Amino acid sequence: MGKTIFRENFHQADWDEPIIYEMSTPGVRGILVPEPDQKIKDRAGDVLAKIPASLRRKEEPNLPEVSQKHVLMHWTHLAQETMGSNLTNDISEGTCTMKYNPRINEELVENTDFSLLHPEQSEETVQGILEIYSEFENIVKEVSGLDKATLQPGGGNHAVYTAASIVRKYWEEKGELEQRDEIITTIFSHPCDAATPKTAGFKVITLQPDEQGLPDIEALKEAVSERTAAIFMTNPEDIGLYNPKVDKFVEIVHEVGGLCFYDQANANAFLGVARAKEAGFDMCHFNVHKTFGTPHGGSGPGNGAFCCKQKLAKYLPVPTVEHDGDKYYPDYDRPHSIGKVRDFYGTAGVIVRAYAWVMAMGEEGLRETADISVINNNYLYRNLVEEVKGLSYCYPDNGLIRQEQVRYTWKELTDDTGVDTLAIERRIADYGIQHYWTSHEPWLIPEPMTLEPCESYSKDDLDEYIKVLKRIAEEAYQDPEMVKNAPHKAASRKRKDDNMLDDPERWALTWRAYQKKKDKIHAD
Amino acid sequence: MKKVGFIVNPIAGMGGKVALKGTDGENIVEKAKELGAEQESPQKAEMALESLKTELKEADQIKLITFPHLMGEELLKKSGLNYQVIGSIEKNNTTAEDTKRAARLMKEEHKVDLLLFAGGDGTARDVYDALELEVPALGIPAGVKIHSAVYATTPQNAGIIAARFIKGQISATEEAEVMDIDEKEFRKGRVTAKLYGYLKVPVERRLRQNLKSGSADSEERAAEAIAAGIIEVMEKDCLYLVGPGTTTRPIMQKLNLDYSLLGVDAVANKELIGLDLREADILQLLKKYSKAKIIVTAIGGQGYIFGRGNQQFSEKVLNKVGKKNIIVAATRNKLSALNGPLLIDTPDPSLNKELAGYYKVVIGHQDFMMQKAE
Repeated sequence: MGKTIFRENFHQADWDEPIIYEMSTPGVRGILVPEPDQKIKDRAGDVLAKIPASLRRKEEPNLPEVSQKHVLMHWTHLAQETMGSNLTNDISEGTCTMKYNPRINEELVENTDFSLLHPEQSEETVQGILEIYSEFENIVKEVSGLDKATLQPGGGNHAVYTAASIVRKYWEEKGELEQRDEIITTIFSHPCDAATPKTAGFKVITLQPDEQGLPDIEALKEAVSERTAAIFMTNPEDIGLYNPKVDKFVEIVHEVGGLCFYDQANANAFLGVARAKEAGFDMCHFNVHKTFGTPHGGSGPGNGAFCCKQKLAKYLPVPTVEHDGDKYYPDYDRPHSIGKVRDFYGTAGVIVRAYAWVMAMGEEGLRETADISVINNNYLYRNLVEEVKGLSYCYPDNGLIRQEQVRYTWKELTDDTGVDTLAIERRIADYGIQHYWTSHEPWLIPEPMTLEPCESYSKDDLDEYIKVLKRIAEEAYQDPEMVKNAPHKAASRKRKDDNMLDDPERWALTWRAYQKKKDKIHAD
Repeated sequence: MKKVGFIVNPIAGMGGKVALKGTDGENIVEKAKELGAEQESPQKAEMALESLKTELKEADQIKLITFPHLMGEELLKKSGLNYQVIGSIEKNNTTAEDTKRAARLMKEEHKVDLLLFAGGDGTARDVYDALELEVPALGIPAGVKIHSAVYATTPQNAGIIAARFIKGQISATEEAEVMDIDEKEFRKGRVTAKLYGYLKVPVERRLRQNLKSGSADSEERAAEAIAAGIIEVMEKDCLYLVGPGTTTRPIMQKLNLDYSLLGVDAVANKELIGLDLREADILQLLKKYSKAKIIVTAIGGQGYIFGRGNQQFSEKVLNKVGKKNIIVAATRNKLSALNGPLLIDTPDPSLNKELAGYYKVVIGHQDFMMQKAE
């Protein structure tokens, strides 16, 4: 963008779009499949009879019957009612690191030399993609300083779960799993740092913040014992504070024999500045979509690049990508491996995009990414706090420099006007910006808002955001009821009952569930 | 049309500014008046009514049922809200009995959907006596002492929650503690708080005291997960002394045992050993069992794990059981809402010091939070 844009007259399309099942007319078809030739029929025989009876449907599926034209209209309308990524000013999504995803990388993965590859092709014919895997592994090894990497996990949480599985395997092989049954994490770490160890069967102990907002090191000293299997921690934490004592945390856990996992999902603040190795960690991971410029999956394909020290390398999931001096090959012959975490090679398209992104940025570019992210964030938060009435941020004046994101608090504005953070995040949609991220629950910072302007945003983007929040704060003081009932110009509406999502009887994710629950859903 | 009971305890809060620490008991009211105390409760109740009216927008959606004079009538007359006066009181004098009578009439004869009351801990107790868990209630904070978790954070927020509840924007309720302290002791500088019971209170994410997020449902499920985790690691032949509270209640429920919500119960080998025990009973049991553990939760939203609401865990009991055998349980939300450490306030300062430090608080099934106690 060349100048600051303030979309005062924004209005989103509102198509009053029905659910596709409500558009259904019996007998209407999108595609009329022609009858097969008699020859084919004769050759194939009774196809249905060849499907085992247990797999055959007894009745036809209940699918919407809609023409192609109406399906296309329907999805286009829905697309116009969203505020997806690369569409608006995505600074809103703090902790998500919404970067620009270069279009040229989409071209690369659409190239048929890549897109027509089949995962069961012989090794000799897929040397190119294996080389890209190997090269990108080398990149994440360099960025983390650790010895060995895998690109198998299909996303950030999956990589953290891989870490938890490796911890379990490590203690199992040492014969100490029964005793080492506790994993420690911190409350401002990503929630998967608690959830995935739990899924892997560990007890989880969470540390609270100290007065400075950093994880309480005294609590860690009390928490560690001969039961400690590992610590899983994020840094900078979710509130944007970098823990300068992170190496001390690692030391304390190592002293009792525990392993240390560094959640670097978002490594934007320290690319080329600090590494997991120097802080003493045994393992780490990167969310490729947060740090290396690939699109956010939205539950679609993602990738979590996992790195570890040599002593844990034998536990990595299969296959690892190896080179025998002559050619690359996927290595399945790893007896200590935790096994497979993903089919075939994982999400190859994401790796191609990430590799292309890093190669385009270069070593200096990665470092510049960190610098710009931190500068952008510091510009944004200082201006917001100075200019926006009723807005402050967590742990002010604690002597720590803010890194790539900040958790703000609207408490003062809420106390003054009754307008809470949920109303403000709805109102922001009326200015053509998607709702912002508040915080993980429970809210330790009252009325939270978390913003993250990474390196993709220009000063004009930041100024647009500041201008919009300043306007909304003014509106809250002048006309609180209007803000409370926002959005007014967006496709979505305010929920009637804030608590309705807590009651599974009052919402539905599928048409079938909706049919069962609709009386309760519409009861109010 | 929804009906809302509205009771003001006009003398609540009078003691505060003249440092009398509460107004329970008639002599104290006289003394407060002599010291120049003014009635503050009606002003606070008025603020709540104003925000109720603003939030409702159409004031005719409800009918307020109230008692005469300062117990509600005078404020409603000014408010422009639709109301009906019931009962009778002496014009310039109200007592705890009036509050109880009003609440009972509103529940039984007028079948109110919600009871909004202004006062402090004493008022909450009176309301609890009349309602128990049958009718949802919400406190407008106006008293000197507020240890009960049934009050909104501010009078304005009480009005907002009440309006949202009436409009159906809030449908969930949860049991919140009614606590009170002995004012005579309090005036001597000693806090002895007792847990009297629970009122059913609308759950609003952030506008009620000490509750920041989460729903009633998720709180109940969290307490069940805590119970499952504790039961799973119960040791053989160990005496478990289960303290009061809704967080510890599911332990007894999951074991299919009787329980006293407000008292201390004893369990060993998953069998009930004693119900609603006094200190002496507990000491007796401690002689019998070589291993014993105490299970407690923070009561009243202020973070006290000992010394308030569970004095059965006396200094002698605590000394005998020892810090390493204390299991603290609390839901993640309640713990986060404390905004400070857990608190210990037994009459013995050296014991308090001994029990201080970090606890691995059980917050779910195999889920713990390191929390400091002071």
